[in-house]
Amino acid sequence: MAEEVFEAKTTSDALAMNRPVVEDKGYTTLNLGPTHPATHGVFQNILTMDGDTIVHGEQTVGYIHRAFEKIAERRPFYQITTLTDRLNYCSSPINNFGWHMTVEKLLQVDVPKRAEYIRVIMMELARISDHVICNSILGVDTGAYSGFLYVFQEREKIYEIYEEVCGARLTTNMGRIGGMERDLSPTAIAKIKDLVYNSLPKVLAEFEKLFDRNRIFMDRTVNVGGITPERALDYGFTGPNLRAAGVDYDVRVMEPYSSYDDFDFNIPIGHNGDTYDRYLVRNMEMWESIKIIRQAIENLPEGPYYANENHYYLPPKKEVYRSMEALIYHFKIVMGEIDAPVGEVYHAVEGGNGEVGYYLISDGGRTPYRLHFRRPCFIYYQAYPEMCKGLTISDAVAIMSSLNVIAGELDA
Amino acid sequence: MESLSIVNVIIVLTIFFVSLGIAAYETYFERVVAAYIQDRVGPDYAGPYGLLQPLADAFKMFFKEDFMPAKADKLLFVMGPGLALFTALLTSAVIPFGDSLIIGGKEYLVQGIEVNIGILWVFGIVALGVYGILIGGWASNNKYSLYGAIRAASSNISYELAMGMAIIAIIMTSESLSVRAIVEQQHGINWNVFYQPMGFLIFLTCAFAECNRTPFDLPESENELVAGYHTEYSSMKLGSYLFAEYLNMFVTSAVISCLYFGGFNYPGMDWVHATLVGLAGETAGHNIATFVGLGAFFTKIFFFIFLFMWVRWTVPRFRYDQLMNLGWKGLIPLAVVNMVITAAAQLSGSPLIGGYIGLAIFLIVFVLLWPLTKPKSRML
Repeated sequence: MAEEVFEAKTTSDALAMNRPVVEDKGYTTLNLGPTHPATHGVFQNILTMDGDTIVHGEQTVGYIHRAFEKIAERRPFYQITTLTDRLNYCSSPINNFGWHMTVEKLLQVDVPKRAEYIRVIMMELARISDHVICNSILGVDTGAYSGFLYVFQEREKIYEIYEEVCGARLTTNMGRIGGMERDLSPTAIAKIKDLVYNSLPKVLAEFEKLFDRNRIFMDRTVNVGGITPERALDYGFTGPNLRAAGVDYDVRVMEPYSSYDDFDFNIPIGHNGDTYDRYLVRNMEMWESIKIIRQAIENLPEGPYYANENHYYLPPKKEVYRSMEALIYHFKIVMGEIDAPVGEVYHAVEGGNGEVGYYLISDGGRTPYRLHFRRPCFIYYQAYPEMCKGLTISDAVAIMSSLNVIAGELDA
Repeated sequence: MESLSIVNVIIVLTIFFVSLGIAAYETYFERVVAAYIQDRVGPDYAGPYGLLQPLADAFKMFFKEDFMPAKADKLLFVMGPGLALFTALLTSAVIPFGDSLIIGGKEYLVQGIEVNIGILWVFGIVALGVYGILIGGWASNNKYSLYGAIRAASSNISYELAMGMAIIAIIMTSESLSVRAIVEQQHGINWNVFYQPMGFLIFLTCAFAECNRTPFDLPESENELVAGYHTEYSSMKLGSYLFAEYLNMFVTSAVISCLYFGGFNYPGMDWVHATLVGLAGETAGHNIATFVGLGAFFTKIFFFIFLFMWVRWTVPRFRYDQLMNLGWKGLIPLAVVNMVITAAAQLSGSPLIGGYIGLAIFLIVFVLLWPLTKPKSRML
């Protein structure tokens, strides 16, 4: 496909796009963002409009760049968890556990089954909350507000479970290297059971009834922002956006981590890779997540919820006050004085909207030598101008919310 | 034409203030309906059940900073919301709210002005209303406002055509342009909606577009155009725009009730009238019966206002080109078909049959054919 070269017509456009000034073609430059209701976060799209049609789009990233990868080089491993919270803040537990698993891979620690099952439950809850946000915001962006509030009540319940498990709601900092920081309480188990058996399936079914066959919703989303599987793979798409294009790639199945091979679930895939397929794939994934959580909570194994990894897992406070070893480990962990083994690992987890990967190089020091986050949003956003070219501004908004570009993850 | 008397003045002023009050309370009503649909609590701080909310909103609006963009056209920027509010207020003048009141042996119509071209008046003024949006959007000197304004103008013009053609069918059956005459023909339950079901559906759809309500609220679609034509407006100028929108909704509901649902007519009205006259005497009985009719009319209006809100909080909104497709390729041809059928039915002398042929065609087109029109495939 021949790439149309965009020509800036005014000095400000030229400066914004780093392109030479050329004569007027009658196009309008429209800044979609950085503070626009449709950009859920802070990022900018400079759209060149021919009337209502997008001729060219230029995406701008970096408005909330916080240099996480650089900060991580100065932090002991356990303190990096809080950075991962702030990547995709819609599903922070997945990022937390992904990071813990990366470190565990480096240390070659085996996590007990119970901890793995608890992790699976929390990760699937996080996936549900991520998909709930994406799909309901797609509804809001196409103009239907009520569905958003219906499912947000369920998201609130998921946050209450987070609160019960780790004490926080949004930036969870859940789990520790080597397991969970505490066991699932009976209240948490009761809440999870209530969610997956009673309230969530009902509300999700209602949400689907409202949107799935809604004529206007389908008009707005079918064949809008479609992407072929080849093109999606070229860009490096993963997660629901790739599966909507018809490629059955899921890290949970391709490279099972955290006992995912114990569970029986399906990977929904789409055909066209358009906005509607992305919506449907996400909805069906929520049903699969419910299935996984049901299996995990029913077959929750007994046993310890953390590995015997003294160098990384904080000893219980009672021990710290009583025994010398525990006091020493506690001190060393908290002060970040533990040297990690030399090594180079990559670990990926299936995040809320794609493969969240951690590439960690350790040179034997207390902090990572280099840490790279593979952030799926960053990759999706590269394809965004191509996807919305030739469409209208309404489509551009729908595509953006269906790609689920989250500013925190985009800019890291 | 009878001379203007103090009673006429009182009636006109009452209609004016009632319109304003209803428009204000529509904002409250909208919040309550939205809260009910979305499973929320809704306004409950200001006064009992939040009933003083519109007042609180108005105070808030007045005390907000009245911001004007530096490069805005000063005159047009003020004129936009003024024009929108002005035209919205004018329309309620010709709507016959009730039958008549007998005061001092003289009969006064419960209506602002009775003109024999009432419907044309309504449509003329409503068509002017789009200037308020267009001027405001242009004067803001903001691209989003301009997009909103242009969308408003084009959607209003397209949907006015279909609306006008639906009205022509009504005029054919009633043989009058006066709203009061049209209402009086629908005595009892002899409502036009039974003769013009297809026309009613077309008119209702167009009414949504005329009021810029979801699914046709493209001019102010908040997720695409920030706030559309009133992006740059603040304080009471914004208030005027919102107020005009709610007034338009009230007037449109009233017009729908008048044209298709018999206005102040209700089943068993003769019996009620006779009973009341028997109980309270000729004058007082007639006046009370008028008030009962007034109640029936407002019930219908509130039902349609509720319908507007119900739809708003349920369905997504159209895309601009889909809106145009629906207007030009769907509603206008159907309105023409409706006109032809109505004319044929009028000539054959059985208007009821004509209505149902129209409804059947409408249903066939919309249920069977419209879903077959697939959007164009646009793959990368």
